[in-house]
Amino acid sequence: MAKKRIFEGLKIADFTWLGVGPIATKFMAEMGATVIHIESSTRPDICRVSAPYKDWQPGINRSAFFAVYNDSKYGISLNLKMPQAQKVAKRIITEWADVVADAHLPGIMESWGLDYETLKKERPDLIHVATAMQGKTGPYSKMPGHGMVGVSLGGFTHLTGWPDREPTVPFGALTDYLTFPHMVTVLIAALLYRKKTGKGQYIELSQLECSVQYLAPPLMDYMINGRILTRMGNLSPYAAPHTTYRCKGEGEKWCAIAVSTDEEWQSFCRVIGNPEWAGNPKFATLEGRKANEDELNEMVEQWTMNYTPHEVMTRLQEAGVAAGVVESCEELVADPQLNHRGTHVILEHPEIGPHIYQPPPYRFSKTPHELTMPAPCMGQHNEYILKEVLAMSDDEIADLLVAGALE
Amino acid sequence: MPDNMKNRGLLSDYRILDLTDYKGIYCGKVLADLGADVIKVEKPWGDVTRNIGPFYKDIVHPDKSIYWWAFNTSKRGITLNIETADGKDMFQRLVRTADIVLESFPPGYLDRLDLGYQALSDINPGIIMTSITPFGQTGPYKDWKADDLVGWAMAGQAYVTGDSDRPPCQVSFPHCYLVAGSHAASGTLAALYYRECSGEGQHVDVSMQESVLWTTLILVQFWDMMKINLFRAGSRRAMGTALFRLAFPCKDGYVGFLIAGGQLASISMPPLVKWMAEEGMLGAFEDKKDWEAKDWTEKVDAWALTQETVDMWEDSLLKFFATKTKAEIYEKAREESIIIYPVSTPEDLAENAQLKARDFYVEVEHPELGETITYMGAPYKMTTDSWNISRRAPLVGEHNQEIYEGELGLSEDEMRLLQEAGII
Repeated sequence: MAKKRIFEGLKIADFTWLGVGPIATKFMAEMGATVIHIESSTRPDICRVSAPYKDWQPGINRSAFFAVYNDSKYGISLNLKMPQAQKVAKRIITEWADVVADAHLPGIMESWGLDYETLKKERPDLIHVATAMQGKTGPYSKMPGHGMVGVSLGGFTHLTGWPDREPTVPFGALTDYLTFPHMVTVLIAALLYRKKTGKGQYIELSQLECSVQYLAPPLMDYMINGRILTRMGNLSPYAAPHTTYRCKGEGEKWCAIAVSTDEEWQSFCRVIGNPEWAGNPKFATLEGRKANEDELNEMVEQWTMNYTPHEVMTRLQEAGVAAGVVESCEELVADPQLNHRGTHVILEHPEIGPHIYQPPPYRFSKTPHELTMPAPCMGQHNEYILKEVLAMSDDEIADLLVAGALE
Repeated sequence: MPDNMKNRGLLSDYRILDLTDYKGIYCGKVLADLGADVIKVEKPWGDVTRNIGPFYKDIVHPDKSIYWWAFNTSKRGITLNIETADGKDMFQRLVRTADIVLESFPPGYLDRLDLGYQALSDINPGIIMTSITPFGQTGPYKDWKADDLVGWAMAGQAYVTGDSDRPPCQVSFPHCYLVAGSHAASGTLAALYYRECSGEGQHVDVSMQESVLWTTLILVQFWDMMKINLFRAGSRRAMGTALFRLAFPCKDGYVGFLIAGGQLASISMPPLVKWMAEEGMLGAFEDKKDWEAKDWTEKVDAWALTQETVDMWEDSLLKFFATKTKAEIYEKAREESIIIYPVSTPEDLAENAQLKARDFYVEVEHPELGETITYMGAPYKMTTDSWNISRRAPLVGEHNQEIYEGELGLSEDEMRLLQEAGII
C-alpha cells in the first residue's frame, strides 16, 4: 500500500512571513497539505534578504534563511497594495483554500479586504489562523517586532547568563520557535473540529503569550511567593556536576555533564577512575556536591581536559551518565543521531543549489513526511497558480503583469 | 463521563492516557486545555515531576509543586503500577476507552511490559501512541540520557549561548522538554487527524534533541552555506564582520534592541534618532538626524558595517538609554513603532500592560487550599472560545475512585485489594 500523507487535499493560503507562520505552514506542507505562499517583491520577507546566502552573495532567491522555512510550498508574488492583486488573493481564499494563515500587524489584512470578518461571509467554514508579536488586539499590538528582541520581552534574556554579569541574549529568535508549534497544534485542533461540525473559526496567537507558557513556574513563583528568579549560569538545584566542561582540543571544545542521582555520581566516579578526591565524603551526596560545587567543577574539568568532548560524552553515556558534546554548527551537520533520523534533508534549489532543510521533529510510523520541493523563488509559480488554480486566461494574466500586480 | 462534565473545547471527544514524566507533561496539558479528557497515570507514589520546585509557599510537598501545577492543568489523575500484572490489566482496560497514549519512558520499556505500540494497537487498532524521548526511538544515541542542559548542548544552543570567557550556558529556567512536549502535541493531533480520515492509529516518535534544534534559528544552514561556526558572545551577536548588541543597559535594567541595517533599521532608526534629537543626545547620529526610512535601507548594510562604526553607534545608544527606564522606553517604542522591548523579569511579565489588556492571566480554583491561583492563560484566542483550564492539576490519585469505580466498574473491595497490593 502506498504511503499516504496526513493532510493530503488540505489547502492553505499562506500570507505569513518571518519565522512563526512560515515554519508552521511548512510543517503542514511536509505532512501533505498544499500551500500557496503569497508574498511581494515590493516588501520581501526579511528572511529573503538575510544571511546565510549562497556563496556569500546576497540576492532575493539566495538566502537559506527563507528557503528552509518555505520548502514544499508553491509561491506567488502579488503586490497586495493593488486592487487587482487583492482580487486574485481573495479568489485564492474563497475559491480554493481551507485555511488562511497570516502574520501581519493588525489592520494590514483588513486594508487588503482579506480579514476574517469579510472572508467568512463567503466562506463560513474557513479557518483563519493569525500570529503577531504581542497579539492582534491590545494597546501594544501595533508595535513591530521580531524574535531577536521578542526573546527579551518574553523573559528569556533576563534568565540567561551569569549572576555577576549583564544578561546574555539567548541565541536567535527563540520566541518564534517557541510559538510555531502552538500554531500547528491549534490549527490541527481547529481542522478536527471543522471535520466534525463543518464550522470554521478565527484563531489568533501572540508570540509573547505563547512564549511565557514555557516560563509558567517562575512567573507563578513570583505571583505566589514573591520570588524573582534570575540567571545563574548552569546551576541546577537537582544536579551536580552540572555545567559545560572544557575538553581536549583546539578552540571551543566543551562537553555538558549532568549528574542527577548519587547512583549516577558513583558511575561517574568509576568512569574517571575513582580518584582520591572523588572519594571524599563531602561529594557523596547531591547536597554535599552542591555545597562544594566550585571545587567539584574544577576537579571534573581536570579530568575532561584529557579527552575530546566526544570521548567524554561516550564514556559517560556508556556508564549511564547524561553527557553531551556542546555541538557547533559543523558538528550539528555531522551529528550521527540527527543523521540517523533523517533530520538533514538535501533539496536542490534552483538558485542556491543543493542544501540542507529540516522536517518536523516527529516521525509517523505510517504516514511519513515528505519535503516535496525547495522553497519557491519569488513568483516562481505565478503562472501555474493563476492558470491551474484560478483558471485565468493568458490575457487576464498579461493584464496583471502589465499593471504590476504580480510584483 | 456524563456530557455535562465534559471539558468544553475542540478536542472534547477524545480521551488521552498520559504516562509521561517531566519529559512529556506539557504535551498533555496543551491537549487538555483544548478540551481533551486527559488522564495522568502516575506511579502509586506520584510522578517525579511533583518533586520539581518552586513550591507553593515553599512547602515541599507532592501536591504543592508549582512546576507540577503549571503543566498538568485540566488533567484528571490516577495512580497505577503498570509493572504488575493487575496494573497492566487495568491499563489495558483503560486503553480500550482511549484514543491516545502519551509516554516518555526509555525506548523499549513499554515493549518489555508488553504495552508497546504494537501490543496496544492489538487491543485498540485506532490507538495513537506518542513517545517523547531525548533522542528518539531508534539510532545510535537512542538509549542515552539527557537532561535539559545536555539536550541544549547537543542541539547546538549551548555553543552559541553565554559569555565568551565563560563556559557555554543554558537558560536558567530550562525548557528543552517543554519544547519537545509542544511539538509532541502537534504530532499527536496530526496522527489523530489521519485517524479521523482513515481509521488507522499509529506511533509518533518525538525527539527532544531534534525539537530543540528547531529553536536554533539556522545554525545548520550557517555551516552548510557559508562554513561558519557561529559562536557565543554574551549579549552580542555576530552579523557579518561585526558584533551587534541585542541588550542594552538602561536606567533600571535592560532593553532589547538591535541596530542592524536594511529593513529592520528603516523601521526603528528614524523615530529613535528623532527621539534622541529631542533630548539633545544625538551623539554619533548627528549626521543622520534627517535620514528617512529609505536612507537606512539603502545606505546601511549590517553585513558590511565595521566594528568601529557599530561600537560608536551603540555607545551613543548606551548613553541615551541610561537616562531612561524600561517602562519609558517600552511606551515610547509603542507610540513611535520602534522595535525596542524591555528585558522583562518575571515581575515585569506579571505586570505587563499588554498581557493585562488582553486578560491573559487566568484564575484557577484550588479547593484544597481554599483559594484561587493565577495561571498563564491561553496561548491562542479563538472565536469558538474553546481554550479553558477546566480544573487545577490533580492531587496524587485524586480521581482513582471516579475512574476505577465510576468508569471501569471496580467494586470497593477490588479497589481495596489493588490499594493494598500497591498497584494504585
